[in-house]
Amino acid sequence: MDGAQLTQQIINGLTLGCLYGLIAIGYTLVYGILRLINFAHGDVLMVGCYMAWFGAVQFGLPWWAALMGSMLLTALLGVLIDQGAYRPLRRAPRISALITAIGVSFFLENLGLVVFGGRPKAFLRPEVFNHIYQWGSVRVLSLSVWTPIITGLILAGLLIIIYRTRLGMAMRALSRDLVTVRLMGIDTNRVVAATFAIGSALAAAGGVLWAMKYPQINPLMGVLPGLKAFVAAVLGGIGNVAGAMIGGLLLGLAEILLVAWLPELAGYRDALAFVLLIGILLFKPTGIIGEELPE
Amino acid sequence: MSRRWYEAGPLPAAHTTRRRDTRLTILASLAAAGGLWLLQAFAGGYVVHMTCVAALFAVLAVSYNLINGVAGQFSLEPNAFVACGAYVTALLTLSPAEKAASFILEPIIWPLSVISIPLLPALLIAGLLTALMGFLMGFPVFRVRGDYLAIVTLGFGEVIRVVANNAQAVTNGPLGLKGIPHLTDLWWTGGLLALTLFIIVRLVNSSYGRALKAVREDEVAAEAMGINAFWHKMLAFTTSAFFEGVAGGLLAHLITTISPSLFTFFLTFNLLIIIVVGGLGSNTGAFLAALLFTYGGEWLRVVEEPLNLFGLHIPGIPGMRMVFFSLILVAVMIFMRQGLLGRREFSWRWLWAVLDQRRP
Repeated sequence: MDGAQLTQQIINGLTLGCLYGLIAIGYTLVYGILRLINFAHGDVLMVGCYMAWFGAVQFGLPWWAALMGSMLLTALLGVLIDQGAYRPLRRAPRISALITAIGVSFFLENLGLVVFGGRPKAFLRPEVFNHIYQWGSVRVLSLSVWTPIITGLILAGLLIIIYRTRLGMAMRALSRDLVTVRLMGIDTNRVVAATFAIGSALAAAGGVLWAMKYPQINPLMGVLPGLKAFVAAVLGGIGNVAGAMIGGLLLGLAEILLVAWLPELAGYRDALAFVLLIGILLFKPTGIIGEELPE
Repeated sequence: MSRRWYEAGPLPAAHTTRRRDTRLTILASLAAAGGLWLLQAFAGGYVVHMTCVAALFAVLAVSYNLINGVAGQFSLEPNAFVACGAYVTALLTLSPAEKAASFILEPIIWPLSVISIPLLPALLIAGLLTALMGFLMGFPVFRVRGDYLAIVTLGFGEVIRVVANNAQAVTNGPLGLKGIPHLTDLWWTGGLLALTLFIIVRLVNSSYGRALKAVREDEVAAEAMGINAFWHKMLAFTTSAFFEGVAGGLLAHLITTISPSLFTFFLTFNLLIIIVVGGLGSNTGAFLAALLFTYGGEWLRVVEEPLNLFGLHIPGIPGMRMVFFSLILVAVMIFMRQGLLGRREFSWRWLWAVLDQRRP
């Protein structure tokens, strides 16, 4: 493989990694606070894509308005899921909440199949993202350049929320000790709801970028990205936003480079994330920059 | 103090009624066999097919419950075990000519291309291989706990599916295996169900079963009492893998065509609904819920068909059943976390006591 090809693959890997990272942040935020693997996260992403599709294709909104609208509606859906399904189980054993999350995930998938139909829908890539830049023999879609920029902006906004606002402070405190935070007079349910809103909005953003990269959407599209993004979150150290991003980038690069270097293993690409997961949990369960979370 | 009808008060010690209970069990088994014979003789093909499916689901649910409910290790891998059992059995029983005909993309590798053995040894080999797979999986899996254990086992299920899709020289890839002989009948499924119930109920009621429950309740305390938690979990996991593998083999010979898309997480999800609705940890619950799920699922097809209600036309909505099932799972978790039976089990002593207190 020559330098140009390698550059090309690395750009592809980073683009994919940004998407994994954006989705992984949703997992890591919720897990950090509730110690719950939000199984429905990938399906929330799917709903986000359909919202954007309806906005852009049915109502003819410009892409950024469709994206904003979809992020808003998806945030609402996230809050709804939390209040409806997870909140009654806050004091239940953690496994009960996990089972509920699996149920919510299947509910969204099957409702999606009923409402949107099983046939994939074409997702149009807006003009801005459809150029092809050419440097020597490296050809890059403008979407691949925009994805890291958009991801960077979103991440910066998120870090400001987490480290510079009272809500962020409450979120960080909540991930340390839920009971004490409640004793300090903070409405934990509102903070949890806000966390779900932020995570779901990010999932919608990641999903819309995903749908532009692989331009078709279907009700089961969220399953694999969701699972892999969870692996990315564990890889980076669960509970840590920067870790989720790093884990996402690493997973994206690893997947693309595996296919580039060993094309005969291309079919096993989807298994890579889980092999990585088993490896991390065996050798460094706290991930790359994670720390031991209190139970 | 008023008691519900099923609350029978303190039961006599098990050993005092053992002879009577054994006789009752044998009688009930004979009655069940008679029932199967009647079904075989008089019922239509559809009912027989559904009963076979129900029995296989009961086997899967009871074995899945062993690791999830009794040992309390919440895991999500049965689709991997069922896939392994189904593929191994099918590859062993298919005739060489059939294999040569269906492996069109890549010829099947050597020893498998000539082997063709009867169903019984094939099922045994499949069960043992699946148990071996469970055994090997157990080493990394039981290094972690709780939700991580769930995700890792789910990951194994995905890996198996990816392998089945890609190892074309063995599994024929996405095309799957066709023309598997239809050998599964009521006797095979009923026999497997009886064997599974016998062995797993005996296991749960033995000292090993009590140790497993101790691990479920408090692993640290159990270890302090001298129970080796790791090997007990391995015992439950491997046993459950064995029966799931055999059930997978029978499933392959019931539906005669298998492909990787059959063994997705969806299968595990169905089993999860069954054991949660039945009551995590109750064999009786898993068994009853499996029957309820299979027959009730058929009954629920009504909601997918168009309906004319007093002149009001409601079009059928295909796929609505699964929406219902997922709602049921969420509702059970929120409102009725114990499921139908909680951790209660059926026993002859209980039945005897209930009948006794009803006597005027």
